[in-house]
Amino acid sequence: MLDKALKGSRGYWGWLFFLMGIMGAGFLAYLYQFKNGLGVTGLSRDISWGLYIGQFTFLVGVAASAVMLVIPYYLHDYKKFGKIVILGEFLAISAVIMCMLFIMADMGQPMRVMNIFLHPTLNSVLFWDTVVLNGYLFLNIIIGWITLESDSKGIKPPQWIKPFIYLSVPWAVSIHTVTAFIYAGLPGRHFWLSAIMAARFLASAFAGGPALLIILALLVRKLTKFDPGKEPIQALGKIVTYAMFANVFFLGLEFFTAFYSGIPAHQHSFHYLYAGLDGYNKLVPLMWTSSILAVVSLFLLIFPSFRKKEGVLAFACVSLFISLWIDKGFGLVIGGFVPNMFERVTEYWPTIPETIITLAVWATGFFVLTVLYKIAVTVREETAGIEIEH
Amino acid sequence: MSINRREFLRLAGVSALAGVGGVAVFNKLQNNALEASEFTAGPNALNAKRWAMVVDMSKFKTPEDYKRCMDACHSTHNVPNFSNPKDEIKWIWPEKFEHAFPGQENPYMNEETKEKSFLLLCNHCDNPPCVRVCPTKATFKRKDGIVMQDMHRCIGCRFCMAACPFGARSFNYRNPRGKDANGQPLIKEENAAYPTRTIGVVEKCTFCTERLAVGKLPACVEVSNEFSKGGLVFGDLDDPGSEVRKIISAKYTIRRKSEIGTQPSVFYVIGGNDYAIVPEIL
Ligand code: SF4
Ligand code: SF4
Ligand code: SF4
Repeated sequence: MLDKALKGSRGYWGWLFFLMGIMGAGFLAYLYQFKNGLGVTGLSRDISWGLYIGQFTFLVGVAASAVMLVIPYYLHDYKKFGKIVILGEFLAISAVIMCMLFIMADMGQPMRVMNIFLHPTLNSVLFWDTVVLNGYLFLNIIIGWITLESDSKGIKPPQWIKPFIYLSVPWAVSIHTVTAFIYAGLPGRHFWLSAIMAARFLASAFAGGPALLIILALLVRKLTKFDPGKEPIQALGKIVTYAMFANVFFLGLEFFTAFYSGIPAHQHSFHYLYAGLDGYNKLVPLMWTSSILAVVSLFLLIFPSFRKKEGVLAFACVSLFISLWIDKGFGLVIGGFVPNMFERVTEYWPTIPETIITLAVWATGFFVLTVLYKIAVTVREETAGIEIEH
Repeated sequence: MSINRREFLRLAGVSALAGVGGVAVFNKLQNNALEASEFTAGPNALNAKRWAMVVDMSKFKTPEDYKRCMDACHSTHNVPNFSNPKDEIKWIWPEKFEHAFPGQENPYMNEETKEKSFLLLCNHCDNPPCVRVCPTKATFKRKDGIVMQDMHRCIGCRFCMAACPFGARSFNYRNPRGKDANGQPLIKEENAAYPTRTIGVVEKCTFCTERLAVGKLPACVEVSNEFSKGGLVFGDLDDPGSEVRKIISAKYTIRRKSEIGTQPSVFYVIGGNDYAIVPEIL
């Protein structure tokens, strides 16, 4: 099926070359970082994780969100998702690839990455995260490929793929739960040390991921002859609404616990993020942008009459995605490091090489996504009108 | 010259027989892929079930006293001086009370404690989160309680830095063997008897395992004995007769963030009687 990715319009090739340009710039920036060390980033002794790990965390959520299509379709027999389930699975593949690249970019000694497998350490959450992410990548590649191949031949997918599909459901939940455990199990980091962290992660993932899928589905309709359909997009819109509501609610719970209990250590990070601490407030404008976008998107999503208009839905999804990206891809990680272990404030801001590398990883993700979507869309165009059944 | 583990053990055995001890072996092995953590104990090695330190800041009088301890550690262990807080590497350093023991300060406490600087270092926790999270076992706890690292295994993921509640760990953001902006080497005078580190790995205080192996006290403790008695005291927490235990049982000591359960092995004397005049332990 790969050959389908090799025949495309000028726009398609132009887009791919554009992405390759960014990837090339990122590669050069990475060589620079590789040679001079992570000192070329904004990271410091106090804020030892930053943009890279934030993006990683955010994208694990995007990857996990494929399950929001898989569950209704395979477990609840919601046939309308039949044509777009593949879009979710392929999005998951590119998201996991980005996650892995971000981990590599963040590593001080990337050449030694195999040590994770040479010296498997069962008590390390990071070890488990590596295992479940690789497993999830494998599951989505095999499920996506086999089902799409069957579709293109107009036959039902083989029975043996079913167990893999069912397995992918708890597996998706596991990747984001384990990622939350990286944070939620650290003594002394009060901002992260919260039992609701994994639940918050899942809620934001199930809002942000499907929101991105809606945007992608609308783009696919606009740019190709394949129409994912009005109803599946509306169904996704409902999922986004509920999940976003849960996400905002969970964040509210965090605020309540921190501020009603009155424990200073639990409040410091919130103070830093939303109001500034000891005169340091670099992240405040970003966090308020995130909050405002969250409220706006939620307002537009809650009323069905707004949500039903696709233009409004798209706007709401873009706002929501940006809001969650700031909150989880940046604020969550940095907030946990402020104040530091001595209750002093050190601030962080990504440097130019760090930003270029980050953009390049996203470009790589979009490259993979474009190629995979090209294949999926071509298959859908060829089999237009034929009812597919998995 | 490359050398494998068996060769190393043979060499160590021979030199131990010859009474040369570990340091000589270590000198030989300089610049090889050998770990400080694999240091073989010599015949005079100091041993303990659980090494611990008692820090009594009242014995430190001048800024010079602090500096001597820090310099002793950092020069012995080839700790580079980046002279900026972002890339900074430090194994032992001073902090005021409110930063050393956040949450313990109050607005009315006596000026002396409030203004006093406390020397901080890795606590060699009995229940160390840094060990728990390390995905490669590069950070591990020895039988004698010392939390050590294998610099050749560390992948530089910095999970241990996020996990350490005491900010005890530093990362080599830049090449520690390099030069600063003025062309000066970051390690002023390299101590050939101790390995330098590579870029991209995490490091911290080791309780001077390389010195214990040849029967010496940690460098900071040794130096502190030159100007104070009992400023820094090192010993076996498991031995009721050890000096550290005697002090801890006689005086009021606190540990950093003891409420989070990592069980630090570094104790800070806060006021109380001078143990030298407590009759029962004399
Ligand atoms: S002080 Fe930090 S680095 Fe040292 S043992 Fe405890 S947790 Fe680990
Ligand atoms: S940075 Fe090194 S020592 Fe720390 S957790 Fe990662 S591999 Fe282990
Ligand atoms: S015990 Fe050794 S390594 Fe630790 S601070 Fe003292 S001199 Fe440095």
